[in-house]
Amino acid sequence: MPSVSNKVHDVIPSGGNFRTQLKVRMDLIMKALHKTLAIAAVGAFSFAVNAQARDYVSIMGSSTVKPFADLVAEEYQKVYTGKFAAPVVEGGGSSAGLKEFCKGEGAGTIDVANASRQIKSSEITACAEAGVSKVIEIKIGYDGIVFANPVSKPAFAFEPKHVYLALAEMVPVDGKLVNNPYTHWDQIDSSFPNQEITMYIPGEKHGTREVFEEKVLGVGCEDTGGYDLQLKANGDDKKAAGKACFKVRKDGRSVDIDGEYSETLARVESNPDGFGVFGLSFAENNPDKVKVATVNGITPSLETIAKGEYPVSRPLFFYVKGAHVDVIPGLREYVEFFLSDDMVGDFGKAIDKGLIPMPADELEQVRSNFKNGVTVGS
Amino acid sequence: MSTQSEVSHSIGATIPAEVSRRLKRRYAAERRFQAYGIGAIMIGLMFLLIMFVSIIQAGLPAFQETRIRLDVELPADKFPDDPAEQTAEGMRLVGWTGLIQQAIRDQLQPETRADALAMHKLLSPNAEVGLRDIVVADPSLIGKSVSVWLLSAGDVDAIVKGTMSRDVPETQRTISDRQLTFIDTLEEQDRLRSQFAFTLFSAGASSYPESAGIGVALVGSLYMMLVVLCLALPIGVAAAVYLEEFAPKNRWTDVIEVNINNLAAVPSIVFGLLGLAVFINFVELPRSAPLVGGLVLTLMTLPTVIIATRAALKAVPPSIREAALGIGASKMQSIFHHVLPLAAPGILTSIIIGLAQALGETAPLLMIGMVATVFTYPETPMDPATALPVQIFMWSGLPERGFVARTSAGIMVLLTFLIFMNAVAVYLRKKFERRW
Repeated sequence: MPSVSNKVHDVIPSGGNFRTQLKVRMDLIMKALHKTLAIAAVGAFSFAVNAQARDYVSIMGSSTVKPFADLVAEEYQKVYTGKFAAPVVEGGGSSAGLKEFCKGEGAGTIDVANASRQIKSSEITACAEAGVSKVIEIKIGYDGIVFANPVSKPAFAFEPKHVYLALAEMVPVDGKLVNNPYTHWDQIDSSFPNQEITMYIPGEKHGTREVFEEKVLGVGCEDTGGYDLQLKANGDDKKAAGKACFKVRKDGRSVDIDGEYSETLARVESNPDGFGVFGLSFAENNPDKVKVATVNGITPSLETIAKGEYPVSRPLFFYVKGAHVDVIPGLREYVEFFLSDDMVGDFGKAIDKGLIPMPADELEQVRSNFKNGVTVGS
Repeated sequence: MSTQSEVSHSIGATIPAEVSRRLKRRYAAERRFQAYGIGAIMIGLMFLLIMFVSIIQAGLPAFQETRIRLDVELPADKFPDDPAEQTAEGMRLVGWTGLIQQAIRDQLQPETRADALAMHKLLSPNAEVGLRDIVVADPSLIGKSVSVWLLSAGDVDAIVKGTMSRDVPETQRTISDRQLTFIDTLEEQDRLRSQFAFTLFSAGASSYPESAGIGVALVGSLYMMLVVLCLALPIGVAAAVYLEEFAPKNRWTDVIEVNINNLAAVPSIVFGLLGLAVFINFVELPRSAPLVGGLVLTLMTLPTVIIATRAALKAVPPSIREAALGIGASKMQSIFHHVLPLAAPGILTSIIIGLAQALGETAPLLMIGMVATVFTYPETPMDPATALPVQIFMWSGLPERGFVARTSAGIMVLLTFLIFMNAVAVYLRKKFERRW
């Protein structure tokens, strides 16, 4: 074969050197090809073994809880060096995490689902149908949601009704529901400056949106009498009236942000008249860029949220597969480590990161629930 | 211009005014078109420049890190006596944090408890890892006092680099006035220095910007590129050779060709969904594994590779095939001995460009669990890892100031790789390009 090819090479004019170079290269490529096929075959066999056992804790879910889970996993990894492998924490959102969680049991599925809301009954059913019967709920603390605008702008003192009037699609004016007519804050309350209304709120897929709707729009809707008017308009259908209260205006003054808080920050920076809805820790990390507004006269802080004075807050959770505890190495230790005082106690590291601690007796209850394997729905 | 005057000169006054006016209009139109073209390029270059300047400006600080030199006492009674236990695992309960906190208190002599707490916050929560690594590497230090450069907290780093201004009111800073005086004291005592941030390249994920790095992401990306190379090259080239050289031209090959071209334009997230359904849910490969990432990216790059390889094969003149066949080579011999080697530069280029495309891809990886916080290096492509663009994506959403710089620094590293790969592709093309 080589002799034939050499002859042909001679027939083709010019560049013989170049061609032999290529020939050598081609041979190398063919050799590499053989090798890679062999490696691929080995890889295909090894996964079968790998799927049997997993030696690390697999976590997925809420992007609000993720920074705390990341932090705990990092500290856990430092403490358990050489004993247990470091956990792997994925984001994706509460719903995506719980969906993955409820796919079934076994090393191929995740052990822990982070959630910025409580598990829904439909999700518990889905879990049970897939054979995930023992779901343990772990509350880790609270998260505060704040309104913030650039430091260069005047400070605001909000009440839920102000935000509702500024953002809702339909607002009550003189006892009637009308399309939102407000364009400037001073039209809503004369104590506010004459500043254009724009607010960057979390998008529909955020767990934060739910809290924003319930604790701000919903409360504002009732305070202003909008809820009663909605009831009338919807024929006393409470569910429909509630939903109508949550509807935000679509004329560009209420902007849904589907990304992270950093995107909200960028929007507020480019439009200083705008307000952003942030997690408390995000705002506290950027004190030179934004300042937070009070709600009902309460400044959001660790203390006011932990005491329940600041109204816009919510509990954060993660869910553990009971059947995986003591099977996946390090899972029990991870949960216990998460609930230790060093992490979520009053002066824990997660608290330093912006998690709001729960009262000591509540924390004690969560710990004993986990110890006794108390499952959701039992 | 010169042509115009030549024309009018040679024919003299015989040109009617109407014609010369039309001529002038045509030349003007051409000049305008050139101006538009230059304008378009200038706009593109301007945006490129703005992008580079803003990224480099934001990212450069991340390549430096601030360290604090402390004399840490290592009292022997806190450590295990048995040398066999003087490993990272055996010494995990030594209380490293306490040791370095003691050291900074000894250095700065706090007056109140609040001062002491403020001092502790000057050090990175991961500073202890640096100390532990030193002691694990050299257990003979136990019982002595060592002078080590420890990682400072991200906020201290921001103040020292000036990314956070110290002139704004205290409430607008994450560092208090008291802490500023501590920083100044340390600086006077020559215990503060900026150095090249190796951490950025060696560390894995971290909640603290100063100790976060792209190490794990780099290894993850490397594994994925290996998988893509090992699969996309043979499959892509084999498919292209068959379609171009052997396949009959009929309706079926037309359908296949249309589909391949179509796949090349499918949004990459679709391949992620496919990977989730096939590799993770059906084959049950582990989540977050570079192997799965590589498989998904292979699917994504295959159409590009096939199309470019076919173009390279097409560019080899038929006379070469005919000459080979004419002197008795079989079809396969003519292809493997002559056509493929001649098309090799084009094929290499296409593979490199395909790899570069795969390296920068994030969307399909979202679906298969690569968007994960991974602390330890993957030993095999089956271990959990993350990828470079994904790491950048994750950093971009974090609140701490240091991650803004880290994000841009990650982009700079990624861009460097992409520019390098594309430059190699251009070089290979220029070097081996042939025209017939």
